[in-house]
Amino acid sequence: MSIINLLKIAFRALKRNKLRAFLTMLGIIIGVAAVIAMMAIGEGSKQSIRSSLSGMGSNMITIMPQSNEPGGVRLQGSSIQTLKLEDITAIQKLQSKNINGLSPVVSTSGQAIKGGYNWPTTITGVSPDYLNIRQLKLQDGILFSENDVKSFAKVCLLGKTVIDNLFPDGSNPIGQIIRFKNIPFQVIGILEPKGQSNFGQDQDDIILAPFTTVQKRITATNYLQSIYASATTEASSAAATTEISDAIRESHRLTAAETDDFQVRTQAELISTISSTSSMLTVLLTAIAGISLFIGGIGIMNIMYVSVTERTREIGLRMSIGARGQDVLMQFLIEAVLISITGGIIGVILGVSSAYLISYFLNWPILISESSIVISFIVCAVTGVFFGYYPAKKASNLDPIDALRYE
Amino acid sequence: MEQKILDIHDLKREFVMGDQTVRALKGITFDIKAGEFVTIMGSSGSGKTTLLNILGCLDKPTEGSYLLDGVDVKSLNRDELAGLRNTKIGFVFQAYNLLPRTSALENVELPLFYNKTITAEERKERAIKSLESVKLAERFDHTPSQLSGGQQQRVAIARALVNHPVMILADEATGNLDTRTSYEIMALMQELNAEGKTIVFVTHEPDIAAFSTRTIMLRDGKVQKDSINQNQRSAKEALANLPESDDY
Repeated sequence: MSIINLLKIAFRALKRNKLRAFLTMLGIIIGVAAVIAMMAIGEGSKQSIRSSLSGMGSNMITIMPQSNEPGGVRLQGSSIQTLKLEDITAIQKLQSKNINGLSPVVSTSGQAIKGGYNWPTTITGVSPDYLNIRQLKLQDGILFSENDVKSFAKVCLLGKTVIDNLFPDGSNPIGQIIRFKNIPFQVIGILEPKGQSNFGQDQDDIILAPFTTVQKRITATNYLQSIYASATTEASSAAATTEISDAIRESHRLTAAETDDFQVRTQAELISTISSTSSMLTVLLTAIAGISLFIGGIGIMNIMYVSVTERTREIGLRMSIGARGQDVLMQFLIEAVLISITGGIIGVILGVSSAYLISYFLNWPILISESSIVISFIVCAVTGVFFGYYPAKKASNLDPIDALRYE
Repeated sequence: MEQKILDIHDLKREFVMGDQTVRALKGITFDIKAGEFVTIMGSSGSGKTTLLNILGCLDKPTEGSYLLDGVDVKSLNRDELAGLRNTKIGFVFQAYNLLPRTSALENVELPLFYNKTITAEERKERAIKSLESVKLAERFDHTPSQLSGGQQQRVAIARALVNHPVMILADEATGNLDTRTSYEIMALMQELNAEGKTIVFVTHEPDIAAFSTRTIMLRDGKVQKDSINQNQRSAKEALANLPESDDY
């Protein structure tokens, strides 16, 4: 019995019951389409979270002060004054090839004033490296220089939100003077808008100035609120973290017994935390979709059993004209697999197109991976064989004499 | 000497039902030569069906020997029996047993699907020839529901002929048909027999048996009578003598 003949026989048998074959297929179609669409949505949101986090600077390392004294009143990180400019120097001295940017951060909030307009915002004192670390870009104007830092220059860069509120008439802010806590700053550059961060913060509500200027003229402090650094690559961020940590411990003269009075965080940790949440969601969605695929498989088994009973006389006839047990087994198995694979193909098409429809109408990010298609397709074929086998086996074990006389 | 198609010697078949043993066939001996048209008759319980199953290689005897076209059936396994049914026997059933919603041509092709040595073109060619020989050349693409009972039975006969069997085995093939259609089928059978086909026809109707060349009567699992029909009736003449009816 050749495989082509078997395929023809199975195909003809299915053709005789088109509607039923289609309804059986429907379970598989919905299952596969659901798996693919769910995985596309899950992967898509994971991808979009990753890329927006990278937009914040995926190699970014932040160093925050923290209390290392377990007793007494625990203070908020920003009010602890352990990070100093010497720490920056200590890190710079390393000349590590894992670190390619370093900037102190001193910030304070207050009212920015220009003419009749004012706006409550935050001024952040940084070094020129900060723009690269945070992946900020200049839209217009120039960046302040190392010289400006050294000379406590009263220059600043403005974010879009600040400009919108201080220059509502749309005039060019560059060269103009704004006041922050009564200190005049000349605007020398405009930052490219970044929109909201993942946590809903307006990333454009920002004034950047040399940290020396902010320390000396506004806050009148000599400690740093935090230090931002950037690792050369995402992979080297772990090594950079260790180096920075060691350098600061040394500069703080901490003994081996003492715990850190600062903490070093990388963006990579955040990314992996958030993507693991999103992965969990993907797994959950896929599992639910997988259940519907499983139910589709049971549908196949159910219909195949009914079909075997209903077609007992046909099986008897086939046997009496020369079909062997294995021919009957193969026929029913191929019917089941044909149903599941055809359902799988339609399901893949439906899943992919509904994923695109979802992204088109709801603007959800999607990512269709080839693996999701291949996996659901294989699952389909396996489902067909698995759920088709027992009914087929039952059919092939029928006694032709009984089958022929079956009423 | 004529070739023996069937050679049965002291055939016995027993069924074990619980702690009882039912002896359906109690030692049957006969042979059938090529070109014979044999009817096997007997009332229910005579072992007719059991014998038919064995003749059709659907069942094996408990004791005794059965040679079909020189092959000893008793030594064969399930799959070999299937192969034998495929190449040597053409079945015709009382209930036609055609596949529903399937064209006459595809129904007739069916046995050839289980024969590896036959190509797709050969299969179609033989099926068409077979349908032509039962005078259904015009109805290749009709499904069973579009055919009358007699036409359905002729499709079934075409299916039995398509694999060029050594013997046509008919099981009450006229049982579901009216007298006129029965005679038509018997006329077809006689024609096929005249062309040299060996036919074994199981029936319980004596007037059907009259169309054959030989009748074997079974009773209580034994051959009661085995006689040559001296004056075989012609189904064509019988058909001509039937009173006129509306459908003609």
